[in-house]
Amino acid sequence: MTVPRRSVAARVVARLGGPVVRVGLVAVALFWMLPVLGLLVASLRPEANNVRSGWWTVVTAPAQLTLANYAGLLADRTVMGSLWNTVLIAVPSTVLVVVVGAFAAYALAWIEFPGRDVVTIGVVALLVVPVQVALVPVAKLLGGIGLYGSIPGLVAFHVAFGMPFAVFLLRNSFVGIPRDLLEAARLDGGRELRIFWRLVLPISRPAVAALATFQFLWVWNDLLVALVFADEASAPITVALRSQLRQFGSNVDVLASGAFLSMIVPLVVFFAFQRAFVQGVLAGSTK
Amino acid sequence: MTRPTGPLSGGSHRLAALFLTPALLLVVVFLVYPTAYSLVRSMFDARGDEFVGVENYVTAFTDDRTLVALRNSVIWVLVAPSLVTTIGLVLAVVTERIRWATAFRLVMFMPLAISLVASGIIFRLVYEEDPDRGLVNAVAVSVHDVFSPASPYQGARPREGGGLVVGPDGALETAPVGAQGAVGLPITGFDPVELPAQAASAVLPEPGAGLRGLVWLDVGGTPDRTGEVDAGERGVPGIAVEVWEAGRVVATATTGDDGRFTVPDLTGGPYTIRLAAANFAEPFRGLTWLGPVLVTPVVIAAWLWIMTGFAMTLIVAGLASIPRDALEAARVDGATEWQVFRRVTVPLLSPVLLVVFVTLVINVLKVFDLVFVIAPGSVQEEANVLALQVWQVSFGAGGGDQGLGSALAVLLFLLVLPAVVFNIRRFRGDRS
Repeated sequence: MTVPRRSVAARVVARLGGPVVRVGLVAVALFWMLPVLGLLVASLRPEANNVRSGWWTVVTAPAQLTLANYAGLLADRTVMGSLWNTVLIAVPSTVLVVVVGAFAAYALAWIEFPGRDVVTIGVVALLVVPVQVALVPVAKLLGGIGLYGSIPGLVAFHVAFGMPFAVFLLRNSFVGIPRDLLEAARLDGGRELRIFWRLVLPISRPAVAALATFQFLWVWNDLLVALVFADEASAPITVALRSQLRQFGSNVDVLASGAFLSMIVPLVVFFAFQRAFVQGVLAGSTK
Repeated sequence: MTRPTGPLSGGSHRLAALFLTPALLLVVVFLVYPTAYSLVRSMFDARGDEFVGVENYVTAFTDDRTLVALRNSVIWVLVAPSLVTTIGLVLAVVTERIRWATAFRLVMFMPLAISLVASGIIFRLVYEEDPDRGLVNAVAVSVHDVFSPASPYQGARPREGGGLVVGPDGALETAPVGAQGAVGLPITGFDPVELPAQAASAVLPEPGAGLRGLVWLDVGGTPDRTGEVDAGERGVPGIAVEVWEAGRVVATATTGDDGRFTVPDLTGGPYTIRLAAANFAEPFRGLTWLGPVLVTPVVIAAWLWIMTGFAMTLIVAGLASIPRDALEAARVDGATEWQVFRRVTVPLLSPVLLVVFVTLVINVLKVFDLVFVIAPGSVQEEANVLALQVWQVSFGAGGGDQGLGSALAVLLFLLVLPAVVFNIRRFRGDRS
């Protein structure tokens, strides 16, 4: 290397590095939180104020903060109905993906049958099928069986599209269970279902938790699938918010408080299950 | 498949079938069949009646709107993943020895929990054009005003026949004048209440040494004599005056409270007096972030806000697996931190960086909600990307061409297909 060792500049940087880096990181963190803070404050201001001035004026006039927007939202049947729809879609989708995926992953990991490797690879390969590819045909299909615009139709779609990832994640975890443990349980006369339920699932709790948090947030936050398959009665909060966007500018009170309302559950899940969430997102990132 | 996982003493084909059927049924009905259907459908016309071969694919590469979407997708792929990987790498390395790194990473990761719709609404607020409401423009305007304060005399123009004309760059200019004179420069076009309180009555200076002049607000009305100083008319304070000779500025002055200015040491001439456009500039109101030109960079910035935490977290995990010895050895050899980073950390991390990059590329190709929500309806065409165009063509307003929609979906699929190989490799690698 031609650079002189430990040049003056390098030493200055090294000396200053610590404090400067720390201040920089604090600035980055604040910068990252600022947009969300802005949304929160805007959601707590009367619309008349939002139209006239920026949310940062709250610093000099904190008295303007009010919960009125949220009160209005709670009284709004459409918004609350759509939020409830989100729950009705996200919870069954999550439970079913875990259950159906776990059974399949167990079979692929620990039951020998011809073509097992092909099936495994086939299912995992489906991970990258983009949702877009299925929109047109599935819309026709659901229409054909009368599930178009219904919550069960949405749930079925989400469970199916969650399946490759579920199998991928759970099978990888199940395979890591020591063979002797399963052998011993089987020799003890344990029925397969019992072994699965009492031994395999508990051991793989981290993977199950990662899968569940990922799937739950994925479905909770989905817009595209709901936009295509939901009708007015089954529309989740994301669709309701997006239809409010058309009047953007005059309805920041509804939009900001609605958006924040829709974020509360994901944020709680995120902070409560950080590890599982991070694991899930990292593993499911190709989805 | 290297690792033996069966057969165990128990377990039967029947049981395997029982366990697998629900999952396989779901993926066949919702993933395999639709993919095949889309492939076939992409070769039929809009209504699905007539076989058109590759016509839809030809349309995809010739139709203006789709080409814009494709072009934007290319911009996204070229810019966004490498940017996020780089920032993620820097943050991962920098936070390595910080005690509160966990809290920092938590903050950075949080946007991933928020729906893209909510993120979109957040950024609609941030980039709102009105600087009284949008944060970015509010900051831009205050920074701008520190360096060049807004003029109180917006919209000023020369009084017709008063000696000033509008120059090519918006400045107000006189015809050439000689020194030893007093030049009256009447302007109009703004309300007298805009004049600062200290503005004094306008009086044309007596001719004398140097070049003298008066800039005043020549108001209209019945007693008014156009281009003449009337009673009650006031000077315009604080106007920057430039004196030009032969194409360059030879002197500058600023008008006083009575609107007068003097450039004492000028002789001869002729000179042109100019009042630069900046004296009368409209106030800076920030940029139209959500307009046709800037909307894609703005949406990419929002995506960056969301995905940086993701990249950083993956890279942090990769950093943890780098052997400490290699770094220490380099440091002992006298390498600077930059050299350690450049020649040891990055090469050792490159497999992880590749994973991050590929994953981000896939994510970018599927970006839909963000563009859909952040770009206002009027510029959605300019901000369009492939994943959004699939929806627009098949289901959007004025769309309904499911043939072209299917072709675009297949195209999208083909673009993310390389990731299949990558994923399976990783999958198999994990197990060996």
